[in-house]
Amino acid sequence: MRLTCPLCGPRDRREFYYYGAEDYLHRPAPDAPIEAWDDHLHLRTNLAGVIKDLWYHEGGCASWLLVTRNTITHEVLSVERVADRKGASA
Amino acid sequence: MPELIAKTALDGQGALTLIGTTLAPVDLGIITSIAPFAGQVKAIDTALKPLGLSFPPPNTTAASGAARLVWTGPDQALLIGADAPDLGTAAATTDQSGGWSALRLSGARVADVMARLCPLDFRPSAFAPGQAARAQLGHMNAVFWAEKDALMILTFRSMAQTAWDECAHALTALAARAGA
Repeated sequence: MRLTCPLCGPRDRREFYYYGAEDYLHRPAPDAPIEAWDDHLHLRTNLAGVIKDLWYHEGGCASWLLVTRNTITHEVLSVERVADRKGASA
Repeated sequence: MPELIAKTALDGQGALTLIGTTLAPVDLGIITSIAPFAGQVKAIDTALKPLGLSFPPPNTTAASGAARLVWTGPDQALLIGADAPDLGTAAATTDQSGGWSALRLSGARVADVMARLCPLDFRPSAFAPGQAARAQLGHMNAVFWAEKDALMILTFRSMAQTAWDECAHALTALAARAGA
């Protein structure tokens, strides 16, 4: 498996660390109900198909990456830097 | 403060030359990390002008005389071979001279040695002078950049001996296969 880092180019999977589902980017408000926090921290949909998850390029440029990939075909559809997303804080 | 003697991590290590390829430790002198604050790259370029440098785009180095600026990550570059100019509030600058260890690999079989250590293509056609990369040397995080006729390898000081051993082993094994 290879991921194409937006900065470093195509790199081997061993350079990356898997963090978890994209859900971690959608943090509930501090005063959100406990169910929302429970959902945020623990509940994941176990999708077969296109999923988005977070990877860390620890062996390269040290960017957090949002990877869209297909768990059925193993296709990697897109890789973008979390910091470069629209509305992301610098 | 007593007068301290600065030593590189590979002090006393001689160069290794086999099959026309040389691995040698290098003392890079002063190394300063420059990390621009948001939107400050222009101010930094102005401050770097006396050195003849500008902040390098990803995967590149900028060089002028003995001074070199190597991209090492988003909003981060290492200034090597020159005293850091006063960047005021434009960037975080940190003296990292003692934190790194450098190796210089030069000669005919650089790409073949590196092929045993790192998945990147280090042939001159793919990694020409002016290019830089963050990648792994074996299991170590490293910074690479190409100079004319040489590949520079920068690893954390704590891993200097391992980096040397990995590269020396790869070169020795390659030479053994060549019957040298």
